[in-house]
Amino acid sequence: MDDAFQHDPQLGRDCYQKLIPYEQNSMNPLQDLTQLHTRRHFLGRAATGIGTTALASLLNPDLFGATVPTERQVGALQNLHFAPKAKRIIYLVMSGGPSHIDLFDHKPKLKEVHGTELPASIRMGQRVTGMTAGQSTFPCVSPIFKFNQHGESGTWLSELLPHTASIVDQIAIVKSMHTEAINHDPAITFFQTGSQQPGRPSLGAWLSYGLGSDNHNLPAFVVMISQGSGNKTDQPIFSRLWGSGFLPSKHQGVRFRTGADPVLYLSNPQGVDENVRRSMLDGVTRLNELAAQSFGAPEINTRIAQYEMAFRMQTSVPDLTDLSQEPQHVIDAYGIKEDGIDGGYARNCLLARRMVERGVRFVQLMHRGWDQHGNLPTQIRGQCNDVDQPSAALIKDLAQRGLLEDTLVIFGGEFGRTVYSQGRLTADNYGRDHHGRCFSLWMAGGGIKPGISYGATDDYCYNIVENPVHVHDLNATVLSCLGIDHERLTYRFQGRDFRLTDVEGRVVEDLLA
Amino acid sequence: MRLLLLTVTLVVAPLIARAEEARSSEVNFARDIQPILADQCFSCHGPDEQTREAGLRLDKRNAALHPVESGSIAIIPGKPTESELIRRIESDDPDERMPPADSKKLLTVAQKELLSAWIAQGAVFDELWSFVKPLRADSPAVSNEGWVRTPIDRFIMSRLDKEGMTTAQEATRESLIRRLSLDLTGLPPTLTEIDAFLLDNSDAAYEKVVDRLLASPHFGERMALEWLDAARFADTNGYHLDNGRDMSRWRAWVIDAFNENKPFDQFTIEQLAGDLLPNATLSQQLASGFNRNHMINFEGGAIPAEYHNAYIVDRVNTTATVWLGLTVACAQCHDHKYDPITQREFYGLYAFFNNVPENGLDGNQGNAMPYIRVPDEAQTARLNDLDSQIEALVATTEGDIASIDEAQQAWELSLATPSPTNNDKSVELGTWYAVGPMIHPEGGQRAYKRDLGPEATPVDLAVEYFLADKTYAWKERRDWIDGQIIELQGEQAATYVYRTITTDKPRKLQVSLGSDDALKVWLNRKLVLSTDVPRGAAPDQNIVTLDLNKGPNELLLKVVNFFGSSGFYFAIKSDTATTIPNNVLAIVRQPREQRTPQQTTELRTYYRGNICQDPQWKEMVDRLAAFRKQRTEFEQTIPTSMVMQEMGQPRETFVLTRGQYDKQADKVIASVPASLPPLPQDAASDRLALARWLVSPEHPLTSRVIVNRYWQMLFGTGLVETSEDFGSRGELPSHPELLDWLAVEFQESSAPSLSGSATARWNVKALLKLIVMSATYRQDSRVSPDHLERDPENRLLARGPRVRLQAEFIRDQALAVSGLLKHRIGGPSVSPYQPAGLWEELSSRGDSSKWTAQTFVQSTGDDLYRRSMYTFWKRTSPPPQMLALDAPDRETCTVRRARTNTPLQALILMNDPTYVESSRMLAERVLTEGGSTPEQRLTFAFRLVTGRLPTEPELEVMQSVLQEQSELYKNETDKAKQLLSNGDRTWNSELDPCEFAAWTMLSSMILNLDETVTKS
Repeated sequence: MDDAFQHDPQLGRDCYQKLIPYEQNSMNPLQDLTQLHTRRHFLGRAATGIGTTALASLLNPDLFGATVPTERQVGALQNLHFAPKAKRIIYLVMSGGPSHIDLFDHKPKLKEVHGTELPASIRMGQRVTGMTAGQSTFPCVSPIFKFNQHGESGTWLSELLPHTASIVDQIAIVKSMHTEAINHDPAITFFQTGSQQPGRPSLGAWLSYGLGSDNHNLPAFVVMISQGSGNKTDQPIFSRLWGSGFLPSKHQGVRFRTGADPVLYLSNPQGVDENVRRSMLDGVTRLNELAAQSFGAPEINTRIAQYEMAFRMQTSVPDLTDLSQEPQHVIDAYGIKEDGIDGGYARNCLLARRMVERGVRFVQLMHRGWDQHGNLPTQIRGQCNDVDQPSAALIKDLAQRGLLEDTLVIFGGEFGRTVYSQGRLTADNYGRDHHGRCFSLWMAGGGIKPGISYGATDDYCYNIVENPVHVHDLNATVLSCLGIDHERLTYRFQGRDFRLTDVEGRVVEDLLA
Repeated sequence: MRLLLLTVTLVVAPLIARAEEARSSEVNFARDIQPILADQCFSCHGPDEQTREAGLRLDKRNAALHPVESGSIAIIPGKPTESELIRRIESDDPDERMPPADSKKLLTVAQKELLSAWIAQGAVFDELWSFVKPLRADSPAVSNEGWVRTPIDRFIMSRLDKEGMTTAQEATRESLIRRLSLDLTGLPPTLTEIDAFLLDNSDAAYEKVVDRLLASPHFGERMALEWLDAARFADTNGYHLDNGRDMSRWRAWVIDAFNENKPFDQFTIEQLAGDLLPNATLSQQLASGFNRNHMINFEGGAIPAEYHNAYIVDRVNTTATVWLGLTVACAQCHDHKYDPITQREFYGLYAFFNNVPENGLDGNQGNAMPYIRVPDEAQTARLNDLDSQIEALVATTEGDIASIDEAQQAWELSLATPSPTNNDKSVELGTWYAVGPMIHPEGGQRAYKRDLGPEATPVDLAVEYFLADKTYAWKERRDWIDGQIIELQGEQAATYVYRTITTDKPRKLQVSLGSDDALKVWLNRKLVLSTDVPRGAAPDQNIVTLDLNKGPNELLLKVVNFFGSSGFYFAIKSDTATTIPNNVLAIVRQPREQRTPQQTTELRTYYRGNICQDPQWKEMVDRLAAFRKQRTEFEQTIPTSMVMQEMGQPRETFVLTRGQYDKQADKVIASVPASLPPLPQDAASDRLALARWLVSPEHPLTSRVIVNRYWQMLFGTGLVETSEDFGSRGELPSHPELLDWLAVEFQESSAPSLSGSATARWNVKALLKLIVMSATYRQDSRVSPDHLERDPENRLLARGPRVRLQAEFIRDQALAVSGLLKHRIGGPSVSPYQPAGLWEELSSRGDSSKWTAQTFVQSTGDDLYRRSMYTFWKRTSPPPQMLALDAPDRETCTVRRARTNTPLQALILMNDPTYVESSRMLAERVLTEGGSTPEQRLTFAFRLVTGRLPTEPELEVMQSVLQEQSELYKNETDKAKQLLSNGDRTWNSELDPCEFAAWTMLSSMILNLDETVTKS
C-alpha cells in the first residue's frame, strides 16, 4: 500500500467535526481572508477596467469547455484509507423494483414449473406484502421473454436488453442482492441511506461530506429524475433519497431539472441581464468587504466566495446542460429523442457524463416506473426501451473517453419481484409483487471486475444459494472503490458515530478488480 | 502539563484546554477520562451487557476495581503499573493490546498518559455531571464589578478573567434593537421603533424595548417556530404518497401558549399528556398532539405493526431528545453503549406511548386517528346554538303531545285484539342479539376488515369468538327499541348485532340505518352494505332494501367504532308491511298500569319513530333532522387535529429483540430509567405521570436542557454545544456553573425584580428577559484578530453573538421591510412561490387525484406574504428555499440546526420571486417615503434593512452601484418593466419604470448583504 494512503488513527472519528466548525468546513477561513483580499483587490480594479464577459472568464478559468477540474474542496477525510479505484459515481437508480427474473437472472427450469404453485419448501413461510398476502394461490411464472448468451463472458441476458448485451463484458452483474424491506418507501430509503426509517444521510451526501468537491463551479452531488414510459401510475420518490439527514444541509444533492432553470433559482429574474447582475453583485461584494473589515468575521469572506460561485454557476451550469455542444452521433448513440418519450432518461445519462467530466463527484439518476404489479410484459418493455440504450451508451462513452476506469456506474432498483404471479396469470400477461430476498443489479467501471456474474439464486429465483450481497455490503464495496473504509467514514450525531453501513457491511472483494 | 495540552479535541476549544492547564494539573474525570473511556472502551466494556467482553465494565468504579473473569484487576487506584488496564493499553503484543486492532480504535500517547495519571491520582469516578441535580452556585467574583448587570455576567466574566481576556463594549443601540427584535420576535425593528429607542434617554430604555417585544404577539410565533422543529411539525404524513394532514390548530395552540407565557412545566404536561388531565379541556386535548406530529404511513402492502412500532419509537426518541437531552434511540436495539440506559428501560419508556387508539397504517384521508374537531370561538358559539335548539326540539319530541298520545292509545287498543290488519305477522322482527365490543389490538380498521367470527357461516348464538386472548359470547338485547339510536361501547372495536326477520312470502323491505362509526350489513351472509367513514350515528345515514326470502332471514350488522362514542340506528322504512317487533308487542299487550316507566318510554319511542303519521309529528321530526344535518355539516367544516388518547385496555409492551417489531421478548411495564429519579410512588404509570416527572424538582436534566436550548437560540451555540446530547458522549458545558445556576433559576424563578411581575416557576419570558438583560448579551459582536484566533467560535463570549439568521427569518425580514408581510397569526398553512413541478416530479401518479398534497397549488393574495412558519411543509419535497438555508426536513425531531454557507443560498436571495418582489416593493417604499435626494433614499433603504445608518464608504459604494444600475436601465423601459413584473403584486405605475428598476436592483443588493442575513 502506498504510504500516502496509510491509516490515520484520527480518521473515522469525530475529530474533524470538532476542529472544523460547520460554517467553515469547506475552507480555512483565516487563510481565505488573506487570499480573498488579494483577489478582491485585483477584482476591484478589474470591475471598472474591463468588460464583464472577460471578467467572468477570469473568475472562472475553466469555464469554456475545459474539462480539467479545478482545485479540490477538501472534505472531512483528509486522507483516503486506501488507494481509490474510482473518483466518482454515476448511480442509475431504477425506482420501483425491476424484475430480476425477466431481465437478468436466467432460470430455464422455471419453464417446467410455470403455472404451478410455489412450493412451501421454497417460500419457507416468508412474509409477503399486504398486497398478495390474501392471495389463495401463488403460481410460478416463467418470463415471457427469451434469454440469450452474450459476449466473451457468455452472460445470459433478457431480449429486453439488446444494448446492455453489447456491454456485458464491461459490467459485473450481481445476482444475489438482498434486503429486508418489502415496500417501496422503506426499501428505497434503505438503498440510498442505509436505513429503512428516514433521518440518515444519503450515499451522495456522505461522499460530499467525506470527499468534498472536485469542482468549484458545480455541486459535488447532483440528482436527476425521469419518469418511465412503461408505467405512469408509479411509486413516489422523496427528497430524503438525496438528503443530507443529520449532516449539514450543504451536502444534500442538488436537483438538476429540465427547462430554463436546471438548478433552482439559477437564472436571473426577467429584466435582469448579466451586466445588471454583475454590477449588483460587485456592490454586494464591496459592501461585504467593508463589513468584513469592520467585524473581522471570517464568515463574511466565505459568503463573498459563495456569491462568486453562484455567479459562476449561472454560466457553468447552462454550459454543462447545453447538449447542442455534443455531436449528433453522440446524441444518437444515447438515443435522445426530441419528443422526450423516454421521460428524459437518455438526456440525463448524457448529462451525467458531462458532469463527471467536470468533476461532479456523485451523479444520481432516478428513473421511475418499475413497479410491475400487473401488466408486467407491456410495462417492462416500455421501461427497458427507456433505459437500455442510454445506459449502455453511457458505459461505452465513458470507456472511450478514458473515464470509465475511475468512474463507478451502478444500475439497479430497491428490490426485485416475486416468481409467483400477482393477480391472474394468463398466456401473455402477469404481474409480480415485491421481492427482497434476492434481486439483481450491475456495476461497472472504477474498481469493479468486468464481465462477471456474482452470486446465485435457486431455480425459482426466490432464495439466494451462493454469495449473498446485502445492501450494506454493496455500500461498503462502493465506498471501498472510492478509497474509503466504510467503518471509518463516520459522523457523530446524538452521541453516536453514525456510518452509511450502520453496524454492518462487508466489502465484497470478489467484485473488485 | 503536556498531557492536558493534548486533550484539545475532547474539550470545547483549544483555548479552554489551555485555561485548564493553567489552573491545575489534576486529572478531571468528567473532562479528561470519561470521554476516553466512552470513546475507546465502552463499546466492549460499557453498560451494554450483551457486548461486554471478559466480564469487564469500565463505566462503574466498583466494577472496574473488581477482579474480572480471568482474575486480573483492571484498575488498582494509585498503582497504575499494577493495573491491568495500563498494562494492556501499553502492551506491544497485538493479541493483548487494547483497544484491539480490529476495533479500529487507537489511543494516543497523551490519552494513555492521562489514564495512567488518573489511576495514580486514585481513579476517581464522578457520576455523569448531567445526571446530578443542579445546584445554584455562588456567583463568582469578577475583575470589573461595573460591567455586571445580572448574575450571568459574573460567570462569564470570571471565566474571561482566568483567560486574561476582556469583554467587548456594549453594542450600539441600533444593533441592540435589531438583535433583540430578531431574537424575540423573528422580525426586524421598524424605523419608528428604532427612533423611539434612540431618543429614549431614560435608564430603562433598553428594558422597555425588551418588555415590548416579550409582549408582542409575534413573540409566540418566534418561540413556536423553535418548537415546531423539535416537534417535527409538518403538513403531510411523510411516508410514500405523503398525503396532507392538518395540525394547524395545534400550531396555533403553541403560539398562544408562548404568548400567554404558560409556565414551561404546565406546557410540558399539556404537550405530552394534556388528554390525561382530569376533565381535560378541548385546549388540553389539542395540546397533546405534540406526539402525533411524527410521520405516518399508509403505503399499500406495508405491515401495520411495523409502522406502529416506528411511531412509538419516534415518540420515545423525540421526547427524550426534547426534554432529557438524551440519545435513548441507541437503546432501541441493545443497551446504550455510553449512557446508563438499558434496552429494557427503552421499552419501559416505550410503554408510556403504546396505548394510543391508533392504526399502524392510516392517514390516507388526512389526519390519522385519533383526532378531535377543534372549533374556534365563533365555531363553538355556532355549535352551542345548534345544540340548544336540537336539545329543545328533542325535549318536545320526547314529551307529552296530546293529539299524538291519543292516537297512540287508539293504536295500542287496535293491537290488543288480534285481527288480520292490526297484527300482521307477515313480517316478524326477531329480538336483537349482540356480541362485543371486540377490541382489536391492531385498531379499528383491522377490526373492520377482518372477519372476527360470525361473518362466513350461519349465526349460531351458542358459539363464542376469540380475539386477542379474550372470549366473546352472544347476549340477547330485549331492551333495544327500533327507531332510536342504540348506544354501544368500546374503541377500536367491533360489535356484531343480529336478529331474524321472518316473512310469509318473498318481499322487499326498506330499512333506515345509521352507525358510529363503520358499518357492514349482511342479509343471509350476503354483504349488502359497507361503509368505514368515521361518523356519529343518525337516522337515514344509509337506506337499504332487504331482499327477503320466504321464512326466516338472518340480518347481521357489524358496527365498528374507531374512538369516542359508538352506536347504531335501525328502523323499518317500508309502509307496505306492518312490522312490529316482538318485544314491542309484548309491551302493548301488557296493561298500561303494569308497564314500567321505561317500557312506557320505549313504547312511545317505537310508536312515534315507526307508526305515527301525524303531520304535526312529521313536521317536528323533519325540523329536528334538518337541525341535526346542519350541525353535522357544520361540524365537518371545523378543522381536526390529531391528539393523544389512552385506550381503556392498554396494549402490552415487550422488549423487542434488536429493535425488530416482530421479535417480542420480555414483557415490560411503563417505567423510567433507574439512573434518573423514580416516578412518584402514588401515581399511575401513565403519560401524565411521565410528564410530571420530567418537570419535577428532583429531575436533573429537563431544566438544564431547556435553558441550554434558549441560550442556543439567543447566542447561536448552547452552553452545552450538543444541545441534543447531555450524555457521556455529548460536549461538556463551557460554563457548567452558569448552566446550573440558570437551570435552578428557571425552575424557581426566584428573581422577581428581573422577571417583571411574574414570579411563577418555569417562567419562559422571565428566563429570556434575564438573559437578554445581561451585559454578556449586549456586547458588540466585532472581533479582534487575537480573539478570533483564541476563540473562533465565541464560546467564552468575550463578544456578542453573530450568526446567520435562520431561513424563516431571512424571508420574513424581506417581506417585513418591503411592507409585504401580512401579520395575521395562526390559521391554515399557505403556499407561497415555489418553482413549478417540484412536487409533481416526485409524486405524480395516475391516481394522484385520490390523495391530497400531490399537486402544488400556489396561494394568492395575502397568503403569499405570511410569515414563513405558515408555509406548507411537504415532507417528501420541502420548500426548497427553506431547505437550502438549513431548515430541517421535519421528518424527525431537530433541536439544533446547522448553519451552512452555499452558493445555492446566494441564488435564492438573488433570484427567488419572493426576494425579487420584496426588492421591488422595498424600492417603491424608498421612492415614495425615502426622501428626495439619492443620499436620503439610500440611507432610508439601508436603514430599513440593517437598522443603522450607512457609513461614508458604504454610501459611496451604493451611490456608484445606483449610478451603474441607472445607466443600465436608462432608456430600457421594456427591460425595466420586465423586472418590475416579477411577483404577483402590481407595481406602482406612477413611478418612472427605469428609475424604479434601478432602485429595485439597489434594494436587492441590500437584501443580499451579509449583514442583512446576519444577526450581530
